[in-house]
Amino acid sequence: MAEIATPVAPSVVPAPSWREGELILQNACPTGDLEKRWTRHKDNLRLVAPHNKRKLEIIVVGAGLAGASAAATLGELGYRVKVFVYHNSPRRAHSIAAQGGINAAKNYRNDGDSIWRLFYDTIKGGDFRARESNVYRLAEVSVKIIDHCVAQGIPFAREYGGYLDTRSFGGAQLMRTFYARGQTGQQLLLGAYAALQRQVELGNVQVFYNHELLDVVVEEGKAKGVIVRNLITGQISRVAAHAVVLATGGYGNAYYLSTNAKMSNATAIWRAHRRGAYFGNPSFVQIHPTCIPQSGDYQSKLTLMSESLRNDGRVWVPRKKGDTRPPHETPDSERWYYLEEWYPAFGNLVPRDIASRAAKRVCDMGYGVGPTGRAVYLDFSDAIRRFGREVIYQRYGNLFEMYEEITGESPWETPMRIYPAVHYTMGGLWVDYNLMTNIEGLYAIGEANFSDHGANRLGASALMQGLADGYFILPYTIGHYLATQLTQKLSTDTAAFADAEKETRQRIGNLLNTKGTRTVDEFHRELGKILWDQCGLARNAEGLRTAMSQIRELRERYWKEVKVVGTNEGFNQTLEKALRVADFLELGELMIIDAYHREESCGCHLREEYQTEEGEALRNDKDYAYVAAWQWQGEKEPPVLHKEPLTFEFVKPTVRSYK
Amino acid sequence: MRFTLRVWRQKDAKSPGQFETYEVDGVPADASFLEMLDILNEKLIKEGKEPVAFDHDCREGICGSCGLFINGRAHGPLPNITTCRLYMRHFKDGDTITIEPFRARPFPVIKDLVVDRSALDRIIQKGGYISVNTGSAPDANSIPIAKAAADRAFDYATCIGCGACVAACKNASAMLFTSAKVAHLALLPQGQPERRERVKRMVAQMDAEGFGHCSNTGACAVECPAKIPLSAIARLQRDFIWANLTPDPYAR
Amino acid sequence: MAQAASPAVGWLHTSVGRKVVMAATGIFLMTFLVVHLSGNLLLLRGDRGAAFNAYAEFMSTNPFIRVLEVLLFLGFLIHIYQGLYFILKEKQARPQRYTLNAAHANTSLFSRTMRISAVVVLVFLIVHMRHFFVEHRILGTSLTMYESCKIAFENPLYSAFYLFSFLLLGFHLVHGFYSSFQTLGVILNARVERLIRTVGIAFTVFITVGFSAIPIYFLAAKYF
Repeated sequence: MAEIATPVAPSVVPAPSWREGELILQNACPTGDLEKRWTRHKDNLRLVAPHNKRKLEIIVVGAGLAGASAAATLGELGYRVKVFVYHNSPRRAHSIAAQGGINAAKNYRNDGDSIWRLFYDTIKGGDFRARESNVYRLAEVSVKIIDHCVAQGIPFAREYGGYLDTRSFGGAQLMRTFYARGQTGQQLLLGAYAALQRQVELGNVQVFYNHELLDVVVEEGKAKGVIVRNLITGQISRVAAHAVVLATGGYGNAYYLSTNAKMSNATAIWRAHRRGAYFGNPSFVQIHPTCIPQSGDYQSKLTLMSESLRNDGRVWVPRKKGDTRPPHETPDSERWYYLEEWYPAFGNLVPRDIASRAAKRVCDMGYGVGPTGRAVYLDFSDAIRRFGREVIYQRYGNLFEMYEEITGESPWETPMRIYPAVHYTMGGLWVDYNLMTNIEGLYAIGEANFSDHGANRLGASALMQGLADGYFILPYTIGHYLATQLTQKLSTDTAAFADAEKETRQRIGNLLNTKGTRTVDEFHRELGKILWDQCGLARNAEGLRTAMSQIRELRERYWKEVKVVGTNEGFNQTLEKALRVADFLELGELMIIDAYHREESCGCHLREEYQTEEGEALRNDKDYAYVAAWQWQGEKEPPVLHKEPLTFEFVKPTVRSYK
Repeated sequence: MRFTLRVWRQKDAKSPGQFETYEVDGVPADASFLEMLDILNEKLIKEGKEPVAFDHDCREGICGSCGLFINGRAHGPLPNITTCRLYMRHFKDGDTITIEPFRARPFPVIKDLVVDRSALDRIIQKGGYISVNTGSAPDANSIPIAKAAADRAFDYATCIGCGACVAACKNASAMLFTSAKVAHLALLPQGQPERRERVKRMVAQMDAEGFGHCSNTGACAVECPAKIPLSAIARLQRDFIWANLTPDPYAR
Repeated sequence: MAQAASPAVGWLHTSVGRKVVMAATGIFLMTFLVVHLSGNLLLLRGDRGAAFNAYAEFMSTNPFIRVLEVLLFLGFLIHIYQGLYFILKEKQARPQRYTLNAAHANTSLFSRTMRISAVVVLVFLIVHMRHFFVEHRILGTSLTMYESCKIAFENPLYSAFYLFSFLLLGFHLVHGFYSSFQTLGVILNARVERLIRTVGIAFTVFITVGFSAIPIYFLAAKYF
């Protein structure tokens, strides 16, 4: 056990603690040739006959890229699907905001791309903390995603000859990213949404709007259904199904300020975790390098500027500390293009974790710009000179406009100021190769699971993974389980349902009856600050210990001092928020424990104690080449750590170098 | 900055609503309109009052959730913008701001400023897609599409479904919304097989939902955050006339 | 959704179909304006109405024109009926009005005043019909058409009303012209839009100035 003697008074600051559990040796991964694994696995999966599919009910929670594509495809197959979304339309999930693009190993550019290379880039980008089988499968199906999306009528960018255009993206030396201007996520989501609406029209799928999942019902290790709250009427209902799919996205909003949508939350996966589902690598949080810096306390969210900007933008700070000249007056010789200097091979296109940390490093060194000194320049003047305004407008017009709207400054005249912000969570519910959690019949897809990105996700891979899971993986693998459930009668009249409903009502009652004085947002901001300071771009044991006790204390205060007005009966956005923040407070603790226990640096996870002299992550493959899958033990109990060893048969974990 | 807000408060769909007046102070000029409402709500909660319910989510202008009628205009005084991307620096210190929900028969009020826009989804259900099952697609490059066609299709496909077009239209017409999808799919080769039926079915649903007719005032395009051009409507009109006037070549 | 008995015309009962009807009748009425104006301009020839009277005689006796006259009348009726229907629909589509509506910020004066201009033009039409059509064709009179015109236009009140009506007709046409072509799906890009708008303005100016010239001519002749 990795307990370190603490230099600070241990009685005041309890160290994050956990119990060691069993190794996870069953992950349903096939063996043998990497290229044939998925094909062979599919061939070995049980099938459900068409007439039986009609008898099987599946609940899908969330309708982002993963949820909508899964629900639509399951509907096409003939299953009876119920989709629950807390939005007022399935088209509003936050996948819609993804800007840059989607990777696929099409090799349309003839630049030497292949499934292998996409696989390798992804696993290396994730700093060798993902499963080979999963990542290879992801690269394999990436090809079909593009085909399908084009057939759906998604207006990808094209060249004059009428063929698909691609561009390069961080972490890759190839141009394999397909895009639809700066709104790729929107276009892909609307494609999946449209496919879903088609199934609604055909009667295969029912979509319940304004319904939020508040608990997962588990009986004898199997998922039996969910408890949902109708956000408009406040009605709490039990819904039974043969399988439950969680596609509820990531938990970046634990940090309060992130690029996530305001309603994005961890409640679904956290409730599943509390019901026994393992949580994989909770501290693996991607901090995106190119966001608009924070400008005040009132701020409700941070806005991402697509990573694609780094294709043509050059990142720099003045060579002189505290240089307050307007950027265009700084001559080229006095600009420090630190990414190009430190990482000549990839330059401005290093992976996100590296770019983010580099920005933090130069700002910590005192070179930061802007009023807060926590920003670096992203400069397009060279690109505008080289390609002309027209070309740059074609590529980034909408992003430039967005930046100007928000900041009041025009990137045509002055460089953008950017700073890293919480963006994506690689961690999530632990799933096996079939995307099933350790609870049978409970699946997690898209950002909600931990699977494919290891310790760092490459740009344009989230869309790929969400759609791979939803269109091409889950629809096969779920049948393998459902084939065993044909004789199961659905009932919500069981003790497990009754308990879950009772607990949910209690939780709501407790929040409404607290009658404290502080708003939910005040607590959320505090939590966010603790996590950002101690479990953000860089972490260390001491800071994590402090954070642990701070979060504990904050959580206790929350249940005493929070003020939630209104009632359960009816539309109550404060109550919704209060329930979500309550779960973030528990999840925050697990994130801290996970970050604390992993005594190495890898990908997004930089432990300051473990870095090279140059400030690069120092991985420890001997002790930490595993997935940390955490099991809930109770609010006061330390969690149990199950390790799933990662074996690399086809790639050799190397020091990730982008120099 | 300091503002006087006249806000529409309505308990639920069945109750009548009325305006309430609130003062909000200390609003930074760089706060977005929604952040200004956050500040108001924090204050209301502290006072033990019900905060103002309003739709919001991504706060970067793409999810289409936010939809307020501010000082007589959908998404406020600037053209082609969502409320979340409207900043308080565009108002004058001391201004009185009137905030109403989007109003249309197919958009019943859920609470305060929140309205039900599911009618738009039901229009899409009637054909706002290409009927292709997962797994049946040919290689993505097997059908070249002229860049100009793809670019125009994209212009129409960027609709965020916020309903500002309906809110701004004097007839509460959903033509810009419906036509954006019709135009997007009509421009692509993949959209051809269902083109005739799509436009007919989507128009029928638009009418069934109770949206008004289009009278080409163009208010929708002025307020549309996605800048969907009015040519979308012309394209729908053209398709609709064609689909109804020319004989179906495959009729029995 | 209104599905009429016959599938062939059922589509004309959809909101989009009704727009098409509105546009088609509108364009038809605009062509009528051109014909009417070109005839009326004969009043300005200074031949004491010889040409104009011959034209009036032709128009009221030619069988082809008589058929067109019925069509014209139907055109007006349908155009007005659709307009009334749309007013009803508009109220239904938004039962609760906005308290504050800054429509001036996103629409043109011309499109906002379509109703008002329509009412004015309708009132004008009734007066006009009473004055000329009913007088000459139903009641019968010993005056020639030219004389009727002269009497009418030399009355400053009537002329003022006439000028006002044509100003409002101009308002109606600025939006109506553009709107008709938009409804017929002609305006697919910015270039065509500019063209249609330009032609629309030119057409409006031609009609409004053309018709307005007549009372001004008679008044000027009388008083100067």
